[in-house]
Amino acid sequence: MIRLEGVTRRYGDELAVDDLSLEVAEGEVCVLIGPSGCGKTTTLRMINRLIEPSGGSIMVNGRNVMSMRPEELRRGLGYVIQSIGLFPHLSVERNIGVVPHLLGWDKQRMAERARELLHLVGLDPEVYLGKYPRQLSGGEAQRVGVARALAADPPVLLMDEPFGAVDPLNRERLQAEFARIQRELHKTVLFVTHDIDEAIRLADKVAIMRDGRLQQFASPEEVLNHPANKFVHDFVGADRALKRLVRVRVEDVMRSPAIVQEGSEELAFRVAAGRRRFVYVIDAAGKLVGWMDTADLEPDMDPAEALTRVDPAQASVRSDASLRDALSRMLGLGFRAIAVTDDKCRLVGEVTFAAVEEAMTEGDEHITNIAEEDAG
Amino acid sequence: MSRRRTIAIAVTVAGALAFVWLINATALWEFALRALFPTLRDVLMPRDTLATFVLQHLALVGTSSVLTIAVGVPLGIWVTRRSGAEFRSLVVAGTDLGQTFPPVAVLALAMPVLGFGFWPTIMALFIYGLFPVVSATIAGIEAVPRSVVEAGVGMGMSSSQVLMRAELPLASRVIVSGIRTSVAINIGTATVGAAIGTGGLGVPIIGGLAVQNMAYVLEGAIPAALLAVLADSILAQVESAVTVAEG
Repeated sequence: MIRLEGVTRRYGDELAVDDLSLEVAEGEVCVLIGPSGCGKTTTLRMINRLIEPSGGSIMVNGRNVMSMRPEELRRGLGYVIQSIGLFPHLSVERNIGVVPHLLGWDKQRMAERARELLHLVGLDPEVYLGKYPRQLSGGEAQRVGVARALAADPPVLLMDEPFGAVDPLNRERLQAEFARIQRELHKTVLFVTHDIDEAIRLADKVAIMRDGRLQQFASPEEVLNHPANKFVHDFVGADRALKRLVRVRVEDVMRSPAIVQEGSEELAFRVAAGRRRFVYVIDAAGKLVGWMDTADLEPDMDPAEALTRVDPAQASVRSDASLRDALSRMLGLGFRAIAVTDDKCRLVGEVTFAAVEEAMTEGDEHITNIAEEDAG
Repeated sequence: MSRRRTIAIAVTVAGALAFVWLINATALWEFALRALFPTLRDVLMPRDTLATFVLQHLALVGTSSVLTIAVGVPLGIWVTRRSGAEFRSLVVAGTDLGQTFPPVAVLALAMPVLGFGFWPTIMALFIYGLFPVVSATIAGIEAVPRSVVEAGVGMGMSSSQVLMRAELPLASRVIVSGIRTSVAINIGTATVGAAIGTGGLGVPIIGGLAVQNMAYVLEGAIPAALLAVLADSILAQVESAVTVAEG
């Protein structure tokens, strides 16, 4: 747990951070966000005492950081920075082992931990343990950076724009992986970014800062639905409704689709469709094969003729994707509904445009459900 | 170790052995110099053997280089620390001046205090060779990416751990190349020591100039040049040995 009370940092006459109080509960991700120069990075760096506060108190897991030796404090806080700062003269394995080495772990324990962590961040240990930082891509290097921060299993992680220098595609991937890792590890995380989409995607709580002062400290839903002032309103942007969709997972709004197994009789399609026009077709393993428009069905024809075959990877969304992903896929394909599949391309549901619209306008109900689920 | 490294080391060792053989091959020197200068009565300086001159020279260069490194590297490190940062420009300017100041002048100035012989020459060489070592140490440490230092501190390394585990390993190559320059300069400059009776390869050179015996000059100059090349290639091996693996 991290608690800041009345924290101030002065540079000459300027207040970089002005009377800031906030609390990050155990296992929660708090995203500090604001325009550059708002004091968010200064705040983060005061927690591990890379910058000394001018006033106020900072508690980490019940201990005042000012009462600890800076080195001892920092070894207990995972730290990830945008520029990563891997040691170029050490292999990936030894980079991950930096903090364990400082803590005096034995060799075997460090080696095991490095393997475990590479697995966790999605890199094959056989391939990556012996590599040097120069041989890694930006995304791989940042994964190693995250693994290094997690090495000694610190309960608290400080992340300073960790994905800021990665290209947009890789950034989304890293964000998704971070969310997955966080669901597994439940670290207490303070995360600095200037990317509001990143904040909404990852945060349990968002702290919006401006000129050293806290503007709003609330859940992403609250910030989107009830911005505290004009600054927050403008900062969040005009597409708040769209942003809200990022917080809703497909599996929470999908409905059960009309399904028929491939090779069935025409009658079976009509029965399955009921009042719906489209029927999804699956194979024996449950994998999505395509769909059929019942309007095309004629008596006595082979139903296979009316089947539209699709590539499940292209024409469906994963159940853990966000509604925004579903919407953009629908718009891209020009569909009014889209199939939902699991990680093995098996059909599990369907999301309709109407459901997206509903979530956009009165989505609060779904959102609360998700928030509760995440908390549990 | 790569094949290229093995070959480079083998060549250096062979060169060193050849050098040792050459400076002891008095008959060869006598024959070659006599062929070049048939009119001269003596072609090898009678005062001492060539091997003795080389050993004296090595003592001069070795002592001054050890001193230069022992003072220059810590000095360079110190001015990159917070405690020494304000002395950085002073140290750079001072060592730079040391190199601009002619060693002969240092000898002349040091003699009244230190007398004739070994130590004034050592002092002149030390002052002259300090600049490349200090400036390379500073350059090497300052070239270490800031993010690496920041990450080290942020992970809980003390400043000496950051220095020993990140900054020095990453700067070592540049530092050794500074030492290489310094040693090469010293080998040539050490010949001036003969002017105040220090011995070394300067003895035949300066003696030869005084009595207009070009054979003596060559007896000193050729081994000095070979020694410089040899020392440089030995240090080149050191340099690639300390160059950290970066894939």
